[in-house]
Amino acid sequence: MLPSSNPPPSNSLAPSSAAPNEGEQPPIPVMHVQDLSCFYGRHKAVEGVYMDIYEKHVTAIIGPSGCGKSTFLKTLNRIGEMESDLRIQGRVELLGKNIYAKGTNLNQLRRQVGMIFQQPNPFAMSIYDNVAYGIRTVSRPSRSVLDDAVESALRSAALWDEVKDNLNQSGLDLSGGQQQRLCIARALAVNPKVLLMDEPCSALDPIATMKIEALLHELKNKVTIVIVTHNMQQASRVSEYTAFFSTDEHRIGQLVEFGATSQIFLEAEQPSTRDYVAGRFG
Amino acid sequence: MSDLYAPLPPSKKLFNAAMSVTAFALSALALIPLLAMLWAILSKGVPHLTADVFTQLPAPAGMKDVPSGFANAIIGTGVMVAIAAGLSLPLGILTAIYLSEFGKNSTFASGVRMLVTILSAAPSIVVGVFAYGVFVLPLKGFSALAGGFALSVIMLPIVTLATEESLKLVPNAQRLASAALGAGYGRTTLRIVLARAFPGILTSSLLAIARAAGETAPLIFTALFSQNWLEGLLGPSASLSVLIYNYASSPFVDQNNLAWAAAVMLVGIVVFTNLLARWVTRNRQTTR
Repeated sequence: MLPSSNPPPSNSLAPSSAAPNEGEQPPIPVMHVQDLSCFYGRHKAVEGVYMDIYEKHVTAIIGPSGCGKSTFLKTLNRIGEMESDLRIQGRVELLGKNIYAKGTNLNQLRRQVGMIFQQPNPFAMSIYDNVAYGIRTVSRPSRSVLDDAVESALRSAALWDEVKDNLNQSGLDLSGGQQQRLCIARALAVNPKVLLMDEPCSALDPIATMKIEALLHELKNKVTIVIVTHNMQQASRVSEYTAFFSTDEHRIGQLVEFGATSQIFLEAEQPSTRDYVAGRFG
Repeated sequence: MSDLYAPLPPSKKLFNAAMSVTAFALSALALIPLLAMLWAILSKGVPHLTADVFTQLPAPAGMKDVPSGFANAIIGTGVMVAIAAGLSLPLGILTAIYLSEFGKNSTFASGVRMLVTILSAAPSIVVGVFAYGVFVLPLKGFSALAGGFALSVIMLPIVTLATEESLKLVPNAQRLASAALGAGYGRTTLRIVLARAFPGILTSSLLAIARAAGETAPLIFTALFSQNWLEGLLGPSASLSVLIYNYASSPFVDQNNLAWAAAVMLVGIVVFTNLLARWVTRNRQTTR
């Protein structure tokens, strides 16, 4: 289903152009967000978001600080409610199933919708055990199966060649960029359908950032990626779709515009989007 | 730019020197009571720390030329501290896990935390009387078991509060990372939080054990004292702290000397446990 063929609800802003590459298979929405609002206690942080996340594409979420980007991202695997008293209204569907329905198995949800955090957060255990942690959560495979899974995840995260001789070294002894790729390997090891990334490069130097961006191009063949970023060049480099969040006059975050990345950056419909991507915000 | 190398004015130099001297002098002053106590205990106790002390029973008062020691008190203290640790460590650590990981700021958890804090401030003599009431009176006799129970009441709040602090020091990002991989609360707590907090928990457990080993008041009402070997957990028991309490004020010089030797032993246990706790923490932190 093309984004443009998706009739938008009245107060939403649906993508107004087709997929970036005409003639390809139309993208399939793997997640579907419908009229989502988020509250911290009584304070409304995000209001009325409608959005589709397309399979095996990178969706970037950009916007000024405090516009609810991270809050929104953390509703997609329900990790936000672990950190604070986050409440939501509306629906978030993963492959057609409402993840906020009663009886949702949060552990299963989070295995399918993995997450990379802003600060690399490897566990205080060996590189091998870090990657095997998620696998061992549900099964006890034989050593050889586990070895293969760990190697494959580390290769997918472009870390294998750097650590293959030191798998028993502590994950904390790696550099920041390596730690973040270890976290990506750890998340990939459980075969998620969607990978959420909350400003994954903001704590990294430019070279480490470049490696992660290059990695994203590889990863989107396997997994759907949603990345929150402060860096607009990054969004334009890595993503096919971009969502621009901003705050209204009551400081409530809203999805202003969602569409193909080229369209958001070159011919956005909303004046505020054009101002933001041109650096004229605020 | 010659100002860059301009010397400080003499008044500031003088003030600087005076404050440094004062700081050193006051630090030294604060150490005097500790060093004086150690000197008194070591100088009076070490000469009486013979092999007999560790293997013999206390000689009856006034008996000369009879081997005398406090082996039964060492065993008594060891047994009662072991009972106390066996009761308070599992309970305290589990309570701390509940408070830190599950109860958090719920009303019940806050209530428990407040009660534990109050318990930690309870005078040890009151704990002794309490144990006397619930253990000694119903069982109709002083016992090592009652002594261990009283010591566990002393240890419980120390273990609980210190363990909760260790658990809170584990970065929340680690819990979130574990949850984001589909691990439930149980696995996150066991494999991530407890593993990371383990050195801290071990340290607080050792410090609580050291504290219990030195307690006297809870034992006076519960284990009482005994001149003989420990006869089962339901019999009265000697302990190093009560031995010191009884013998230090005795009119017999031999008993006074035994008390000094026991004081060396007790201080040694406490110092050793503290050093062990420090060593465990440091060792763990460098390998992680």
